[in-house]
Amino acid sequence: MDLRLPSKVLEHIFSFVDSNEDRNSVSLVCKSWYETERRTRKKIFVRNCYAVTPEAVARRFPEMRSLTLKGKPHFADYNLVPDGWGGYAWPWIEALAEKSPSLEELRLKRMVVTDECLEKIAASFKEFKALVLTSCEGFSTDGLAAIAVACSNLRELELRECIVEDLGGDWLSYFPETLTSLVSLDFSCLDSAVKLSDLERLVSRSPNLKSLKLNRAVSLEALGSLLRLAPQLVELGTGSFSDKLDQEAVSKLSQAFSELKQLKSLSGLWDVHPEYIPLLYSVCPRLTSLNLSYATVQMPDLVELLSRCSNLQKLWVMDLIEDKGLEAVASSCKELRELRVFPSGAEDLDETNVAMTEQGLVSVSEVCPNLESVLYFCVQFTNEALVTIARNRPNLKCFRLCVMEPFSPDHKTQKPLDEGFKAIVEGCKDLQRLSVSGLLTDKAFQYIGTHGKKIRMLSIAFAGESDLMLHHLLSGCESLNKLEIRDCPFGDTALLENAAKLETMRSLWMSSCFVSFGACKLLSQKMPKLNVEVIDEHPPETRPDSSPVERIYIYRTLAGPRLDMPEFVWTIHKNLEIGVSNLAIE
Amino acid sequence: MAYEKVNELNLKDTELRLGLPGTEQVKEEQEVSCVRSNKRQLQSDIEEESTPPTKTQIVGWPPVRSYRKNNNSVSYVKVSMDGAPYLRKIDLKIYKNYTELLKALEIMFKFTIGEYSEREGYKGSGVVPTYEDKDGDWMLVGDVPWDMFSSSCKRLRIMKGPDALALDSAI
Repeated sequence: MDLRLPSKVLEHIFSFVDSNEDRNSVSLVCKSWYETERRTRKKIFVRNCYAVTPEAVARRFPEMRSLTLKGKPHFADYNLVPDGWGGYAWPWIEALAEKSPSLEELRLKRMVVTDECLEKIAASFKEFKALVLTSCEGFSTDGLAAIAVACSNLRELELRECIVEDLGGDWLSYFPETLTSLVSLDFSCLDSAVKLSDLERLVSRSPNLKSLKLNRAVSLEALGSLLRLAPQLVELGTGSFSDKLDQEAVSKLSQAFSELKQLKSLSGLWDVHPEYIPLLYSVCPRLTSLNLSYATVQMPDLVELLSRCSNLQKLWVMDLIEDKGLEAVASSCKELRELRVFPSGAEDLDETNVAMTEQGLVSVSEVCPNLESVLYFCVQFTNEALVTIARNRPNLKCFRLCVMEPFSPDHKTQKPLDEGFKAIVEGCKDLQRLSVSGLLTDKAFQYIGTHGKKIRMLSIAFAGESDLMLHHLLSGCESLNKLEIRDCPFGDTALLENAAKLETMRSLWMSSCFVSFGACKLLSQKMPKLNVEVIDEHPPETRPDSSPVERIYIYRTLAGPRLDMPEFVWTIHKNLEIGVSNLAIE
Repeated sequence: MAYEKVNELNLKDTELRLGLPGTEQVKEEQEVSCVRSNKRQLQSDIEEESTPPTKTQIVGWPPVRSYRKNNNSVSYVKVSMDGAPYLRKIDLKIYKNYTELLKALEIMFKFTIGEYSEREGYKGSGVVPTYEDKDGDWMLVGDVPWDMFSSSCKRLRIMKGPDALALDSAI
């Protein structure tokens, strides 16, 4: 008797399995489940574009409708990856155009996207609905025009912090009058002004528009007319928030804001003039997300604004908020889940009277029960504060602390911050992402290795004393997926001893450490399923095994060595005489 | 290697020696580097310390995305007033001229300033607004055209009392 469920039934059951983590588990059960699952998966996530070939992905998932791809390593955000390293979208778009023409959504992060890519998307995917580019570069506004003119079912066009060659604001005018399906438009990272009348017409014929993020060039006055055309907005990114408005214009704008009954998220707010902050008061009580990280607003005005945001869950702000402001946030915003405090540049390292310290974060941790994600830039910290925060918030999932001066000790005791971070990893058992800073010895990493069992991503800079640091982490952190290290004084031994661990991780980045060329060669030979990339912009004339490398980027891959390596990237496959096979593993 | 070249402090930290790396050493380095030459000899300059050398030299540190760095208006200047217990920060970009700036300062620090004239400085109130420019020189606020001032001003100091009178009469 055949006890297997017919594949049609399996398909139906799997259609209820949304999370890809679950789908991955499903496909491991048996061949028949693997086959059925792969034929029904629509949303695909490839978190390292070099881990697998586009052909392999298209072949495995014939019903792919949505693809998310990530390219450069995270530290590329901080200029640590030289230009020309890679992360090109073209091979993917070219392959998908041929093999997955029904593709509807493309989400790319840290990739090089050219106008050619955008034109290819516009020409190849008839049902294309969503293009979301985050931290991408390589294209111009001409490419955007190509998307605008051709994608007649476009729902989402979002450019998040991309570097775009701005040839003017004409691109917006290419959206045809027949396009009425827009749900989300984000052009906040562009410089040039778009034609206001075209933008108004686009907005007024987009009844489903829920998210609109304008660029800085859109004036406050123009914002008013746009808001009147789209009172249904759920997410708004304003343009420049200062102008010379007369009384009538101000009251009209105020009225427009108060009509935004569905607004939950607010961002943009460049050049905020204090005079216009009260315009926002009417939307504050409904806001769950507020991004003030580009708003140069002083503490008293921030407190006035935030005291009205009782439902706020996500707050991004600059350190202009000061400790006092964070105390006010703590008492007003009890629903807070995520807090990010960015450096304004106003806080200087030699200042004797520092207005934002560890105390601000401690206050928030004391009072906000749902606080689970923190990114905090500051000039000083203490072990005591870290211990308190850990005790207050054992539910922390993401803790990224950046004490801006490297090697800063506890400013009260002058001791390393080892004990403080120990408290964090011991107390916060669900911690998945951790960035450490300040003065740290190997001990700190012993603690992290012992207790940080759920940590998936770990970022380290200017820390540790010896190879033990790396060894503790690689041997102790069971869930470790991404590890990125810069300017730490060690490398070889721990790396080679824990080579097998690297296959269980997505990637390891080490720059300005003491990893030798010889160790890189050895590691490559030992672990053929890893790409071990040595990235040296200024390689020495000859490379003795003992010479240190500038950067090393190691990632597991099924695709073998990549074919688009620039001059300054070395892998063992470039040295055939060493005898390692360079056949791609399919 | 960037690690060695850019930051001498780091190399010392990896030397074999007793004690934890970076504790006493760091403090010493900072104290030594605090002497800076100013053209004006002002008595109450005790808190003047130069920026530690590490701040501007390290690539990609602090870890802030270049997009954010480029779009952030970093035209803050610290404002101190003699006798006031706290420093404030202001964004010079939001003021269009000296009148607006001085009015804002008056409100911020609760004082009134005298009339400014090019020849005689600020007469009347014993309060003299000064600023430090890009070259490290201390100048009287108002001496140069606004645009030149706003692009070269690094910090403001509102002087009161004997130092102010000394400066006033020196002009």
